[in-house]
Amino acid sequence: MKAASMNAHPSLAIGQPIETLEAISPAATAPDAMVRFEGISKTYPAYRGKPGVNALQNIDFAIPRGSITGVIGRSGAGKSSLVRLINGLERPTSGRVVVDNSDISALAGRDLRLAQRSIGMIFQHFNLLSSRTAADNIALPLEIAGWAKADIRARVAELLALVGIADKHDRYPSELSGGQKQRVGIARALATRPSVLLSDEATSALDPQTTRAILDLLANINRELGVTIVLITHEMSVVRQLARDVVVLDAGHVVESGHVADIFTHPKHPITQSFLAEVIGDSLPVSLASRIVSEPPAGGQAVIRVQVRGAGAGDTLVARLARELGLDVSLLSARIDEIGGQHVGSLTLGIPLGISSGEDATTRTLAWLSQYQFPAEHLGYVA
Amino acid sequence: MSPELINLIVQATGESLYMVGLAALIGTAFGLPLGVFLATSRKGELFAAPVVNRVLGIVVNATRSTPFIILVVAIIPFTRLVAGTSIGSTAAIVPLTIASAPFIARLVEAAIREVDAGLIETASSFGASPIQIVLKVLIPEALPGLLLALTLAVVSLLGYSAMVGAVGGGGLGDLGIRYGYQRFMPEMMLAVVVVLIALVQLVQSAGDYLARRVNRRLRHR
Repeated sequence: MKAASMNAHPSLAIGQPIETLEAISPAATAPDAMVRFEGISKTYPAYRGKPGVNALQNIDFAIPRGSITGVIGRSGAGKSSLVRLINGLERPTSGRVVVDNSDISALAGRDLRLAQRSIGMIFQHFNLLSSRTAADNIALPLEIAGWAKADIRARVAELLALVGIADKHDRYPSELSGGQKQRVGIARALATRPSVLLSDEATSALDPQTTRAILDLLANINRELGVTIVLITHEMSVVRQLARDVVVLDAGHVVESGHVADIFTHPKHPITQSFLAEVIGDSLPVSLASRIVSEPPAGGQAVIRVQVRGAGAGDTLVARLARELGLDVSLLSARIDEIGGQHVGSLTLGIPLGISSGEDATTRTLAWLSQYQFPAEHLGYVA
Repeated sequence: MSPELINLIVQATGESLYMVGLAALIGTAFGLPLGVFLATSRKGELFAAPVVNRVLGIVVNATRSTPFIILVVAIIPFTRLVAGTSIGSTAAIVPLTIASAPFIARLVEAAIREVDAGLIETASSFGASPIQIVLKVLIPEALPGLLLALTLAVVSLLGYSAMVGAVGGGGLGDLGIRYGYQRFMPEMMLAVVVVLIALVQLVQSAGDYLARRVNRRLRHR
């Protein structure tokens, strides 16, 4: 496969600059962070013959107040440890975790329990008490916080309405669907009016439609209550739909972090690229790939793949290319998705070789794409 | 059967219920907390105290492996200390309790361990103290299992109570042995067995019914 890669330009041509927005930043430069990880390492000691595990190493980043931040990684990347450090279910081996300006990793006993009331958490398997109705499940954190009965009743009714299941007040978890159970879970997590909501794979056990509804609900909660949301997930689609900021974890290290749009329009680490590939796909349709040859056949087409990155990028690319170069460009395959308001994907174009000036049309096309800073790749030819 | 004999059966039934009822009650009072502790005190658990857990586990096993009739005799001095006498139904409650508490503890431990560990983490995540987790999460969630455990304990105590005749404890088992076996009155033996079967059925049905009523896990599904 012949590759004339032109990925040298890191910046976007048609995309807009995003540096103006506040992004995930190193801890030191984040004055108004909701959660700050400062030099965090977490090691699980060797136990009963199993070797020790360095779950997290040198983690340093901040989660902006009011943001929705996705923490994405493969299983075993350290996501669960990371999120459990935020609400003090785990303690760091070294470093500090600062939540809402208090060092949660230094708290213990009653102080820790008080701090935990301002950090809600939802779970993959909902973790509702089967012995309590929906309303009583939501009431549990309030009972634990010592609220008066009448206050609890009013707050629970309010929360059930907020998550859209006011009619399920007296239902037991066994009578609820997965989506309804997670709504109860969300209401319970929000009961004590937390400033942070942690989501540990909260939609991984739900079907795509229910997942979408739950993510919409979380987006509403973030918008209307201003709750900072930290989403732990291994699903790119969850980050894409909901998060504005993202932290990519791999083998206990943060490999990339920043705005979703930035990270996924210019993925640097292989892990990030593999997550992106899940959404936009990085392989050609089999019927096309099997026909590609390396030598130009007479009267065939050159196959050029163009990476599309940025807002509105690629909208008029084919039309402009055809008009400005006077070529009958054909679209062999295309996949464009939207991530954080940015278009991300690829177009596979067929450039007619013509009678004699075959190489010429290909070269002109690549030059044109390079001029407008579209990363392009010459994959070969089809008849 | 003569009215005197029927009277004997009625009186023995009363003694059995008195001994078993009180022993189950006191046994639960000790066995429930002990069982909860055994279920929550291993390394990394809610009340982590691995050494104490170990020691208590050994004590529980030792008590449970001592044959009941030997236990009854062996602790006579202790029984006299607690009950003021070593003879009679009230005195018999002491060994019955000592035998049932570790048994109940093990059953409670098993029922508590059935509760999804995720629920403990969940309750911790919103700032529940260990005591709150036990009272508001573990015991309510394990309640169906706990009721079945208690039922099993009561049924076992009915069996044990047949042996306390050895210290003059009375009760149905004692009546069956003294009249049915030693005086060779098969109709008495039969009557005692029938009453015991009826009692066990009654206790088991009541336990099953209660456990089903509090079990919300499988309702409508």
